Amino acid sequence: MLDVLGGVIDWFQNPANWQGEEGLTNRLVEHLLLTGTATLAAVLLGLPLAIWLGHIGKGGFLAVNISNIGRAIPTFAVLTMLSIGAVGTADFGPYGRAGLATLISLLLFALPPIITNAYVGLREVDRDTVEAAKGMGMKGTQLLRRVELPLAMPLIVTGVRLAVVQVWATATIAALVAGPGLGRIITLGFRRQDVSEVVAGALVVAVIALVLEALMVLMQRYLDPVARARRTARLSKRMKAPAVAAAK
Amino acid sequence: MVLSEATPVGDNCMVRNEWICPEYLTSRAGLLTDAMVQHVWITVVSVVIGLVIAVPLALLARRYPKLEGVVVGTTTAIYTIPSLALFALLVPLSGLSAATVIAGLALYSLTILVRYIVEGLNGISADVIEAAQGMGYGARRLLLTVELPLALPSVMAGLRVAFVSTVALTTVGSIVSYGGLGNLLLEAVNTQFKPQVFTASVLCVLLAFVFDLLIVGTQRLMTPWARTRAV
Repeated sequence: MLDVLGGVIDWFQNPANWQGEEGLTNRLVEHLLLTGTATLAAVLLGLPLAIWLGHIGKGGFLAVNISNIGRAIPTFAVLTMLSIGAVGTADFGPYGRAGLATLISLLLFALPPIITNAYVGLREVDRDTVEAAKGMGMKGTQLLRRVELPLAMPLIVTGVRLAVVQVWATATIAALVAGPGLGRIITLGFRRQDVSEVVAGALVVAVIALVLEALMVLMQRYLDPVARARRTARLSKRMKAPAVAAAK
Repeated sequence: MVLSEATPVGDNCMVRNEWICPEYLTSRAGLLTDAMVQHVWITVVSVVIGLVIAVPLALLARRYPKLEGVVVGTTTAIYTIPSLALFALLVPLSGLSAATVIAGLALYSLTILVRYIVEGLNGISADVIEAAQGMGYGARRLLLTVELPLALPSVMAGLRVAFVSTVALTTVGSIVSYGGLGNLLLEAVNTQFKPQVFTASVLCVLLAFVFDLLIVGTQRLMTPWARTRAV
């Protein structure tokens, strides 16, 4: 056990492991680019659709079941189909070899949690609140923007959080088709029977996954209007009268 | 591998390397069956081990509320470890064996199941428990005849998620050559053999749906009260 630990520390201290196309720096950049682009594309495609469906209250069966269907489709299978099929394994700019196939697989993988959570979030906004807003004369986009979206925000962000962390972890699979990303460090170490290298690669992926999760939880707390209102209320109580005056 | 008598001489969909290829299905039936059998037993063993560990963990988490946060937090952390990395990390311990894949997949199922079981137990109305206690039920009888049956729908929902995602994740086990249908996928990537990739992928998804249907069916059989209420 200690041998492995020492070996891993040595691996990180060896500058040769950081440099070049197969080095940690390049693989890390590829991995971050893949995760960022795939999640962003999934957010841009999936969120407007899910929010609109949730707003008009239609397409619920599809929006909820897309997660169940997505779970049954192995990303590895999608990736192999894309990489030997339509998109191929050619280099795709900074995304590296088989970059496009990996990107599309990850995008498809990120869509279900984003769509399902956003849809459920919008549908679960308290109906009385929506009725009250309508009674106050709000309609259409105003209702969506000022009432439904803020109240659905915690679940919307949960969906994005799940997507980011899962995409980050799943992007390692690209290595199985000799694609880009940190998975390559693991498979390279595997081929060389170098335990330290395997552990080092896995460690980098796992630690950054936890950091991403923590960052998203922070963002979630920041974007939750109810929690924010509570924080402000606590602050103004501490400052007493002046804050109330300022609020008026 | 023995090539069957149907092995092509001239032109067919395998030679043309087409995605959809019935000849592949018939001529490699043995290969496909072996891969499916491996896929199924690895999946079942993993989820069952996961369940066996998840139940006592969930009960502990409920008994000692302070532990609940720790259990849920640790299981979340495990889920963020990529499968490829987890299998690779287990190789020094268990070698290139099915045990490596099973240990990894059991860990993932465990994280899914603990949550659903805790949720199911927490969702039981306090009145029901109080009523049972008032009737003189002891802790064990309460658990076995009241709490577990009432938590069953949630447990079954967890099993559905665990089985379906484990079927998909088993493919990654191909890195240690124990990935069931995933082995066929990995092999075909290197040779660019489209019929094999397509057939293995479709079989994998079918397998997931069969598992899902089986669990839903079992649940209907195990919770007859849910059916009578629906009528």
